[in-house]
Amino acid sequence: MHGKRLRVLSLATLAALTATFALVFFYAPLDADQGFIQKIFYVHVPVAIVTLIAYVVGGVFAALHLRTRDRAWDLRSYVVIHIAIIFNILGLVTGAIWAKASWGHWWVWDEPTLVSFLIVFLLFATYQPLRFSIEDPERQSRYASVFAIMAGAFVPLNFMAVRAATAYVHPRVLATSDGGMPSQMALTFVVAIVAMTLLFALMCTYEITSKSTSWQLRALRRRLLGDEAVAPLGRSAAPAVDGAGTGSAPARPRGTAEATS
Amino acid sequence: MIASLLAAAPALPLGEAGKYVAGAFVVFVAVLLIYFGIMAAKLQRMERELAELNAALEARARAGSGEPVASGEPR
Repeated sequence: MHGKRLRVLSLATLAALTATFALVFFYAPLDADQGFIQKIFYVHVPVAIVTLIAYVVGGVFAALHLRTRDRAWDLRSYVVIHIAIIFNILGLVTGAIWAKASWGHWWVWDEPTLVSFLIVFLLFATYQPLRFSIEDPERQSRYASVFAIMAGAFVPLNFMAVRAATAYVHPRVLATSDGGMPSQMALTFVVAIVAMTLLFALMCTYEITSKSTSWQLRALRRRLLGDEAVAPLGRSAAPAVDGAGTGSAPARPRGTAEATS
Repeated sequence: MIASLLAAAPALPLGEAGKYVAGAFVVFVAVLLIYFGIMAAKLQRMERELAELNAALEARARAGSGEPVASGEPR
């Protein structure tokens, strides 16, 4: 089911990332103010934007899970937040590298954009331990969805509050009242955002495919070799999915083989 | 091709700023490599498991146990 989509997404992501790197180093002009250091923004800013949007999307998927009771939405929410955390770390690290180059410090505690991004990261860093701490899969998915909705709603509020702050020094990359970027920089930036979005979608598709294939294999093993051939399930933060990776999965007691398939 | 690309490349300031830019891009690529490495390891494990199940299926078919042979679909 995911094979063709994965192939197309992989090729599109590869092409977009190659185009981004080529544009960054061969096409986009040097920034008059920051010079060569500004090249970091073509990775850092798109990664940060995709991260924040992904957290909101994770919340929307969680709302759909609560509304429909379809655990496929819980899986999607889990995977989106999982990959967004990886992107968040990437954004923090590349941001720290830029800060060191530009400000001379790896981290500045009185800079609202930096600190708010860290707070968002710390908030979502509790998502996996929260899931892991709840043994019953049904409660786990429900509580995790409630958390994802609340945390997802926090992200745009947090972003707007920081934007509204007056005493900021963090550079504004997107258009401001003073005017936007030159067209060459803007094109490079748009391509970079597309590339990071495709990369994010690719990683999510890989995760979902991997999890659903793993469960299909487990179901197949039990059908062929019997219950004793299937290792008992341990406690996991990841949601349980059925064989196809979509639709509702029955609640399963932890520490035992899944109830039905 | 690489030579022509390098010839067309602007003179990059690889001094103080260059190492930070290189660092940021290396971190980005490294995270991707680690992630796809983990995914590749998972894929290999699944392939091994699938081969094992195929072997079990063939053995069962050869033995003619009379039990219905699974079509490969989990449901």
